[in-house]
Amino acid sequence: MADTGVVEALLRRVEKVDDGVDSLEVATSLELDHQVIVGAVKSLQAVGDVISAELRSSKHWELTDEGREIAEHGSHEARVFGSIPVEGLPQSELMKLSFGKIGFSKAMSNKWIRLDKAHEGGPRIFRTVESIEDQVREKLLLLQKGNASQLEEKEKNELKKRKLLSEVTVKTYWIMKGNSFSTTVTKQETELTAEMITNGSWKEKKFKPYNFEAMGVAPDCGHLHPLMKVRTQFRQIFLEMGFTEMPTNNFIESSFWNFDSLFQPQQHPARDQHDTFFLSDPALAHDFPQDYLERVKKVHSEGGFGSQGYKYDWKIEEAKKNILRTHTTAVSARMLYKLAQQKFTPVKYFSIDRVFRNETLDATHLAEFHQIEGVVADYGLTLGDLMGVLHQFFTKLGITKLRFKPAYNPYTEPSMEVFSYHEGLKKWVEVGNSGIFRPEMLLPMGLPEDVSVIAWGLSLERPTMIKYGINNIRELVGHKVNLQMVYDKCGWTDFTFRM
Amino acid sequence: MPTVGVKRDLLFKALGRTYTDEEFDELCFEFGLELDEITSEKEIISREQGDSKASGASDIILYKIDVPANRYDLLCLEGLVRGLQVFKNKLEAPRYRRVSPVNGEPQKLIITKETAAVRPFAVAAVLRNITFTQERYDSFIELQEKLHQNICRKRSLVAIGTHDLDTISGPFTYTAKAPGDICFRPLNQTKEYTATQLMSLYKTDSHLRHYLHIIEDKPVYPVIYDSNGIVLSMPPIINGDHSKITLKTKNVFIECTATDVTKAKIVLDMMVTMFSEYCSQPFTVEEAEVVYPDGKTCVYPTLAVSVQHCFVLCPPDSESTEKIAQLLTRMCLRSRATGVGDEIEVEIPPTRSDVIHACDIMEDAAVAYGFNNITRTTPRTYTVAHQFPLNKLTELLRQDLAAAGFTEALNFALCSQEDIADKLGKKISETKAAHISNPKTAEFQVARTTLLPGLLKTIAANRKMPLPLKLFEISDVVLQDETKDVGARNSRRFCAVYYNKSPGFEVIHGLLDRTMQLLDVKSARGEGYHIQAADDPTFFPGRCAEIFVQGKSVGRLGVLHPDVINRFELTMPCSALEMDVEPFL
Repeated sequence: MADTGVVEALLRRVEKVDDGVDSLEVATSLELDHQVIVGAVKSLQAVGDVISAELRSSKHWELTDEGREIAEHGSHEARVFGSIPVEGLPQSELMKLSFGKIGFSKAMSNKWIRLDKAHEGGPRIFRTVESIEDQVREKLLLLQKGNASQLEEKEKNELKKRKLLSEVTVKTYWIMKGNSFSTTVTKQETELTAEMITNGSWKEKKFKPYNFEAMGVAPDCGHLHPLMKVRTQFRQIFLEMGFTEMPTNNFIESSFWNFDSLFQPQQHPARDQHDTFFLSDPALAHDFPQDYLERVKKVHSEGGFGSQGYKYDWKIEEAKKNILRTHTTAVSARMLYKLAQQKFTPVKYFSIDRVFRNETLDATHLAEFHQIEGVVADYGLTLGDLMGVLHQFFTKLGITKLRFKPAYNPYTEPSMEVFSYHEGLKKWVEVGNSGIFRPEMLLPMGLPEDVSVIAWGLSLERPTMIKYGINNIRELVGHKVNLQMVYDKCGWTDFTFRM
Repeated sequence: MPTVGVKRDLLFKALGRTYTDEEFDELCFEFGLELDEITSEKEIISREQGDSKASGASDIILYKIDVPANRYDLLCLEGLVRGLQVFKNKLEAPRYRRVSPVNGEPQKLIITKETAAVRPFAVAAVLRNITFTQERYDSFIELQEKLHQNICRKRSLVAIGTHDLDTISGPFTYTAKAPGDICFRPLNQTKEYTATQLMSLYKTDSHLRHYLHIIEDKPVYPVIYDSNGIVLSMPPIINGDHSKITLKTKNVFIECTATDVTKAKIVLDMMVTMFSEYCSQPFTVEEAEVVYPDGKTCVYPTLAVSVQHCFVLCPPDSESTEKIAQLLTRMCLRSRATGVGDEIEVEIPPTRSDVIHACDIMEDAAVAYGFNNITRTTPRTYTVAHQFPLNKLTELLRQDLAAAGFTEALNFALCSQEDIADKLGKKISETKAAHISNPKTAEFQVARTTLLPGLLKTIAANRKMPLPLKLFEISDVVLQDETKDVGARNSRRFCAVYYNKSPGFEVIHGLLDRTMQLLDVKSARGEGYHIQAADDPTFFPGRCAEIFVQGKSVGRLGVLHPDVINRFELTMPCSALEMDVEPFL
């Protein structure tokens, strides 16, 4: 609240005029800085309809620094005249004064002084008139008092040329009485205080209105990482569908469980140094279930279980090589093997965890990413069942338009790529991979022949990037992430991917 | 997934109709292919080498089609067209026949025992009275290249050599000799080189240098001679110039040398089934004899048709057995219902080496039926869901740590040795880290053994953010562990850091207290938790404490050592906490 005295003085001025008054005029008359009046106007506006104030802009003359100096001490030429005594002054003395140079030539052209070059002891200056009238100073004083109208345009322009005057645009308020005009204003409180509540004074007080256009202060809170939030959602979906979570906390896996058990041949390109991270320490795995290992070896090298196999020289050395798992399906294989060692009961499993690929990196590929995987094992599951489960799963993500493309995967047959219709791109985009595990994978484990296992997988990063509109995976995962993004990307309202 | 480039107009001519791009894309989708790109030679050159180089290039439209990695029979125009025409019921799948030569003896390839040391297997066949055109010839060369890159595993498993039979005379000898003893004029060269010279000549060849390693270190190199001592080829590197194929070639001798005989047979079958189409007797292939060092003789190509009797296990929508037999026939698998229950008799042609089990046959039935025509059903599998306890605890903790004002970071499980050792003032040998043997960059040298470096790097990348920075991560690290089958195990950790103008030990300590409260562990020596002073080079002396729960150490907290702060390119004091989560299960 501006000073109450100023506010009231302003209101008294406004009271006297019916058609309003200019804020600058008020400032001049009250001998206050204009900004003080502007402050008073603003605080009155905030109170309600006491006054009405219309913002106007007007051109206005203002003295420059030099102009103000002249208004105070006189023009340079007048000061030159004033500093010359009757007996005259040596020119060199005059030039030592700050205003000497400019004032001398101007006073000369006004014919107020004369220069005697031949004077003994050097050139000397004498007055030529008795007294002078300092018109420049008077004009400036007039302007300073706000009486610009008493001067002619020509005179003002001349002063402007001498850089004593400048024209500025001034924003002023045209103030008139408002509907609830009064000359007294109750002081407004900004906030309710404990004291007011205790003594009841709030009842008498008026409160300054809030600016509801402004943003609030951000809460001092922590944030979950967007990718992990989406992971939570996927976990939730699987749990809702009755899937049990697999223990995937083993990044290091043997080639045996990662590839061989899945009937992925040892010469397969995925087992290349260019695609997979191998370990130098611990380099090799040991302790394989021996009977099972023999069956795996046989199905690769000779066939069996209704299969011709790949007919190549299967080597235990290759199977022993430790790697960073390239998919969580390695864990699914361990789980299915474990399942096969008991009396069979149907299961539904899922996992969401990290996998690693020694691939070329780009805007959408990192050396590690999260794989989402779902697995169902039961008697007589069909391709129709797989598509039905996928439909239910993706519906929970808000994706209802699905179609399936035949694909190839070494450990599933049939294999289907899952496509969803992208409304934005107006085309079908791949959202996952799926299939029925091959008998060459399941039967060596010891699962009953009439049990089939359907499975699907997708990456966690891709749907998250789509959901949050992120184009570069490095902006989402890893230490280069922008924490502001973590703070901001938190929308929950609807877990529908706009695919 | 291999990509095959075919000229669109040639493809449509062969298919007997034109398609719009969308229609063809749809056909590919149905058949399990993917129309990856529509382009032209000009566009490709312009993209790879700039517009100036592309000015003279052809702007004939090319379709780049992605083919499943196990379908070698679709790697050339001939195979693609055959597959699609049969699929669309416009063509009956051909039967490929091996025939004896009309006059005289079959061509003979004699393998000597020296090959055992380097590349022991070979197979061969003859395409008789073939007619090449420029397009057919280009496709013939391209198919060899595609097979080399895929099933042949960059020529390491199998290498193909094709020769103008009329320029050479059998019997042929496949042997292995010391590099200095092999001398011939290789393909497209003007003079003779010894094998030793060739290996250094090709060191700089952008294409061939990738294959040199296959035999480079061997004492002897494989080589095939004709009866006059002319070199046919030095597999898997280069053919001789003498027997090279031209557009005028009428009779082609094909040899495949290999380290994997199964794959060699498949590759030979692919070459001859694809191009026997252009022989005067289409789809016939003249046999060749291969004599092994033990005197055993085999006749190739195999062109084996296996007959599988299979039962319809998961019929798409209970189609009749007859209908399924028809569907399979459209996938080049001639089939008939035997009338015995649901049994179907399926002929698997030599082109379909991918069919190794009845499930492969059933997939083809489903593809022909149309995956998207199958009724979607819901399995009745009844199960009760369980969370993995460690993940359940992690989820609960994460929520409450964010509620405590800390923000979750997500860092890589792989990092450099320096990150987990030197930068933290520790020796790599003390870390129990698992080491990666083939990292492409230092960022992937080890699996992390601590979460702290990741959080410090996150802060370094976010120095412009307002202080304080309060971060946490709950994730797995990897430690060597001899009791595990793979020699290592994951360990779930909780790590938090506080970065501000003052160290804020009390903040991190407060977070520990809060965490223990959440975990229902009381502050008490003995059965609860307590912290006590510890020495750790990562922390500032006198500002580090070890966390004990029921008398067992579970982690540490403290103010980081200024050297550690500097090494992570930070400038402010920082306190940190890292502890195991698994003891609280």
